[in-house]
Amino acid sequence: MSFDYTTSLGAAKFENPIFTASGCASSGKELSQFFDLRELGALVTKSIMIKPRSGRATPRMAETASGMLNSIGLQGPGIDIFLEKDIPWLQEQGVSTVVSIAGESVDDYGILARKMRSVTGVKALEVNISCPNVENRGMVFACNPVTARAAIEAVRRNIGGELPIIAKLSPDVTNIVEIAEEVVAAGADALALINTVLGMVIDTNTMRPKLAGKTGGLSGPAIRPVAVRAIYQVHAALPHVSILGMGGVTNGREALELILAGASAVSIGTANFGNPTATMLVKSELQELLIAKGFNSLQEAVGYAHRAESQ
Amino acid sequence: MNKHASQALTEVVSNKKVGAYHHMVFSVGQMAAHSKPGNFVAISVGGPGTSMILRRAFAIYRASDRENGVGYIELVVAPHGQGSTWLTSRQSGDLVDLVGPLGTAFGIPTEPVRALLVGGGYGSAPLFGLSEILKGRGCRVDMVLGASSAMKIYAPLEGKRSVNSLTITTDDGSAGIPGKVSDVLAELIENNQIDIIYSCGPMGMLEAITKIAVEKDVLHQCAIEEAMACGVGICMTCVLPIRGEDGVVRMLRSCIDGPVVDGEKVIWDSKREIPEGTWGS
Repeated sequence: MSFDYTTSLGAAKFENPIFTASGCASSGKELSQFFDLRELGALVTKSIMIKPRSGRATPRMAETASGMLNSIGLQGPGIDIFLEKDIPWLQEQGVSTVVSIAGESVDDYGILARKMRSVTGVKALEVNISCPNVENRGMVFACNPVTARAAIEAVRRNIGGELPIIAKLSPDVTNIVEIAEEVVAAGADALALINTVLGMVIDTNTMRPKLAGKTGGLSGPAIRPVAVRAIYQVHAALPHVSILGMGGVTNGREALELILAGASAVSIGTANFGNPTATMLVKSELQELLIAKGFNSLQEAVGYAHRAESQ
Repeated sequence: MNKHASQALTEVVSNKKVGAYHHMVFSVGQMAAHSKPGNFVAISVGGPGTSMILRRAFAIYRASDRENGVGYIELVVAPHGQGSTWLTSRQSGDLVDLVGPLGTAFGIPTEPVRALLVGGGYGSAPLFGLSEILKGRGCRVDMVLGASSAMKIYAPLEGKRSVNSLTITTDDGSAGIPGKVSDVLAELIENNQIDIIYSCGPMGMLEAITKIAVEKDVLHQCAIEEAMACGVGICMTCVLPIRGEDGVVRMLRSCIDGPVVDGEKVIWDSKREIPEGTWGS
């Protein structure tokens, strides 16, 4: 019997469960010289905003033990140039694509969703709500159930049609299940867990924060247990909502952890920086592992860690 | 984006300590044929299970293509951090995961010109290969190397032979002229009627050279060193403000729009701030 590696997030279907994580594959071109992007379950683009963004000043990065801290500030060309240049290229190449959007206000999310409405050839929309809300003292949307809900509602109202919405949540909250329930109630079809964990590194030579933006997002293997925990908790509370899991996955065994916790697909982020072919390694290793453990499909393994002790 | 970039497990052919540095040779196959002075490689460090998750970038010192898929890349590595110390502990026969060639290369003039090559510390590495190419085009090549002390000057014998003159400066005066490379530049530019400067080294040095190059109205191509996470253009950490042909300043990635850039186009004095008027600010 052949192994079924396909997966779905809401109504979106994918050939395999290995994706790139937004912000860790730019818009695809740069990685295309190392492997065939059509081999990905999906390429998730860098979160795009309404206008061009210079991002933050440097230093933007600090390597940490089994991780890295970054403060890029969503540098990008803005949605219009993105739709004019990057999306057509991905479509020409036949790459399964998920577009990630990010806003600074509830209205921004609505405008971005409207712009995406007429775009064909995109599998799903990831809504990055781990951004400062300029209308609420810079508080991150994803850290408050009310603003998280408002951002997703704005997308839902404006997206129209069938494009599934994946809400990307921050782990920097007291109760991630509460936020997950709110965004699902607001119309999210799936959840992306987790974004980076807020951190800081102080340079002991200059005796100041190392990053120009002072704080940054921690990613890489250091945060994997945080991701596994968040996915496990949310899957337990919302077993019918599919999860795109991410957080420090570098190989097949680590991807399996997220699948067992309840993820239907796994994004590879920081591992791409250390190894441009990390996605392809994870893809083949995970499939081999699932087969070796006796699963007939990826789907059978999703959330398998939740089974009763007697099973 | 360097279209020739590829990823390979490469064998360490040799590893020799030279002063404060290690001269290392890697068997890289066809990668060597596409490697040009100014290009760099990114190497995985630490081995399996390491806590160092990011590659380390090194300017290519020399690349030699022996045809039939055989080729070598040489690097000059300073063991100053955990990652580079791991790399310099590799022995002949060890395998390392290497991505290259990456980034832009020094532009080679079509006419025989008078070139001044300026290197700081191990930043001298890519300049010797460049010097050989320039000499092959009939250029006059003068070189200035600077470092904190004599131990940190990287200038192998064969390198010295490839230049018309070599000036050395050290901060502590333990070799050559006491002081910085920038102290001797103006005079060298005038005496040798320099048309173009090629440089590689720390950012402060490149900024100082740019000032002099602008004053003396000399072209200046420099290879910049900015902290990178990926080296292949996806992480957006190694950016710096550069003025484009259209006059607009953009935050460009030094890994794919550099490392070799026109010094005059870089907004050097933007420490920890986005310069006013930058695209998207």
